Amino acid sequence: MNIKLIIKIAKSLLLARFKQTLIAAVGVTFSISMFIALLSFMAGLNDLLDGLLLNRTPHVRLYNEIQPNIHQPIYSQFDTNITHNFIHSIKSAVSRQEIYNSPAIIRTLKKDQRVMGIAPKIITPVFFNDGAIDITGVVNGIDIQSEGKLFHFNEYVTAGEPADIERLSNSIILGKGLADQLLANLGDVVQVATINGDRFPLRVVGFFQSGMQDLDKTQSYASIATVQKLKEKPNNYITDIQIKLNDLAKAPEIAKDYARLFDIDAVDIQTANASFETGSFVRTLISYAVGVVLLIVAGFGIYNILNMMIYEKMNTIAILKATGFAGIDVQKIFLVIAMSIGFFGGLAGLILGFGLSAIIDQIPFETPSLPSVKTYPVSYNPSYYVIGAVFSLITTFLAGWFPSRKASQVDPVVIIRGK
Amino acid sequence: MSNITLEAKNITKYFHDPTTVKVLSDINFSVNKGDFVAITGKSGCGKSTLLYILSTMDTDYEGELWIDGESMVSRKEFELAKVRNEKIGFVFQFHYLLDEFSVLENVMMPGLKLGKHSAEEVENRAMEKLKMLGIEDLALKPSNQISGGEKQRVAIARALINDPQIIMGDEPTGNLDQKNSQIVFEVFKQLAEEFKQTLLIVTHDQSFANRTHRIINMEDGKIVV
Repeated sequence: MNIKLIIKIAKSLLLARFKQTLIAAVGVTFSISMFIALLSFMAGLNDLLDGLLLNRTPHVRLYNEIQPNIHQPIYSQFDTNITHNFIHSIKSAVSRQEIYNSPAIIRTLKKDQRVMGIAPKIITPVFFNDGAIDITGVVNGIDIQSEGKLFHFNEYVTAGEPADIERLSNSIILGKGLADQLLANLGDVVQVATINGDRFPLRVVGFFQSGMQDLDKTQSYASIATVQKLKEKPNNYITDIQIKLNDLAKAPEIAKDYARLFDIDAVDIQTANASFETGSFVRTLISYAVGVVLLIVAGFGIYNILNMMIYEKMNTIAILKATGFAGIDVQKIFLVIAMSIGFFGGLAGLILGFGLSAIIDQIPFETPSLPSVKTYPVSYNPSYYVIGAVFSLITTFLAGWFPSRKASQVDPVVIIRGK
Repeated sequence: MSNITLEAKNITKYFHDPTTVKVLSDINFSVNKGDFVAITGKSGCGKSTLLYILSTMDTDYEGELWIDGESMVSRKEFELAKVRNEKIGFVFQFHYLLDEFSVLENVMMPGLKLGKHSAEEVENRAMEKLKMLGIEDLALKPSNQISGGEKQRVAIARALINDPQIIMGDEPTGNLDQKNSQIVFEVFKQLAEEFKQTLLIVTHDQSFANRTHRIINMEDGKIVV
């Protein structure tokens, strides 16, 4: 009922000290815009770094681990429920790295609703011969279509045409670091030796750069057929099935499912990269912490200015109380003042923050390890704007609460007599 | 319904800082409807202290205070604010207008707070009061751009806006020159005689007091005569 009157009085008090009000509002504007810009920038970088890993990492990977046979012969003789068997010097068995019955598994996976897509793969260690030197490396046999679609393979190929490894037989895409060591140019032939000692000449049709130098020094890519030939294996031989899911969070559960269903080793992205999530979380935490600190500093600015305003307006408060305004009305007046500083300052801050992010987004950022990135990455997640708005209102409310309480407790008699 | 607007029963007050001093002892009196009363006494006799108790702003006292047939003892702060808004009009020594507002807005403020009438109605009533005091042409001026005598008349108009039971004044002419004091006194007199407005004025101006209808003389926290 009195809201209109309270707002009217608050407005008059605000406008009477327009400069001070403006300074307080600018403080909020500054901190909110910094909060937005900082978070957008940090989140952009985070997404970029996450992308480095997530883009190229399957959510679930099916493979056969080299490990000792879990069914040791003695178990068939002596039941472990009755006896305890001691076995010394167990060695890992010469198990097949090949995924058994892979076409059937792939058919099953393709029908699964939770799966976004799959990419088969063969990983094989090789030596690259360069004159007298052997460089150890890995050849990944990949299906270029699914690899490109699911793992953005094409984005990392800096020279040459990725599809050429399917089109041209006996061709290979070398990591940039590896190519530099081999002094290989596009069109050159490199000598590849398998562990068994067989040598193959492969034609270089492209270079790729992952952003991780160590990786680029060892990795190379060829078509599945080429690698099968390299290993002298039939055309259903694959060692890995990489799965991308629709929902990343379900990976651990689905990995367990598949391990049981296909009697195979399955590792999910969360287990394989435990440290990655921690890093991502800590980076986000730091940016939030800095943002919140900025807001708290702005809150103190408002607190100070309101306190000063209350000292200046003692007479006004006393007269309002003498003519029938209760303490709570006075408190509301000063809260409205604080909140409107927060609201308008915050609004300007959101707009300015968006502008700052847009500017950061235009700054060139070229790095050889990230060929697909041209400017600094910025995330325009609306939730940062919502958080910024909510925080600006909360801090100004708290910053206004204590001074306004003080104002509500002003004893008019003291003021009126004291003059 | 009795004819008594305000009644003080055994009001006693102490100041505790720096030492406990009895400033008011056992004050008993009542003000009837339509009375024009002056409280006089020397500086420091406790007359202003008494007025602030009577105005409900000071609640730290012993004894009873009745305004318009209701006890003011152990009321909540917002209830007392409501009483001040509705039943008491104030005129202070230093006029105390709100500098951020125009004269008209100052007069309207307690009326808007009361919320009994619509904003337009309050505005009409405020203009009426200003006209009655002969200062309607000041209505739209900022309140810090008028003279002291004018300010005091605006303060009286503001005190009248809610048709209070009683108007209290704390040295309303104390800060004014002879001419303006005279004008303000005439206004009070007119209110008392034409409009039967109850007035309770604290003053140390003996000539002012002598022209009211009733004088309460105080000395050392007690009423004499």
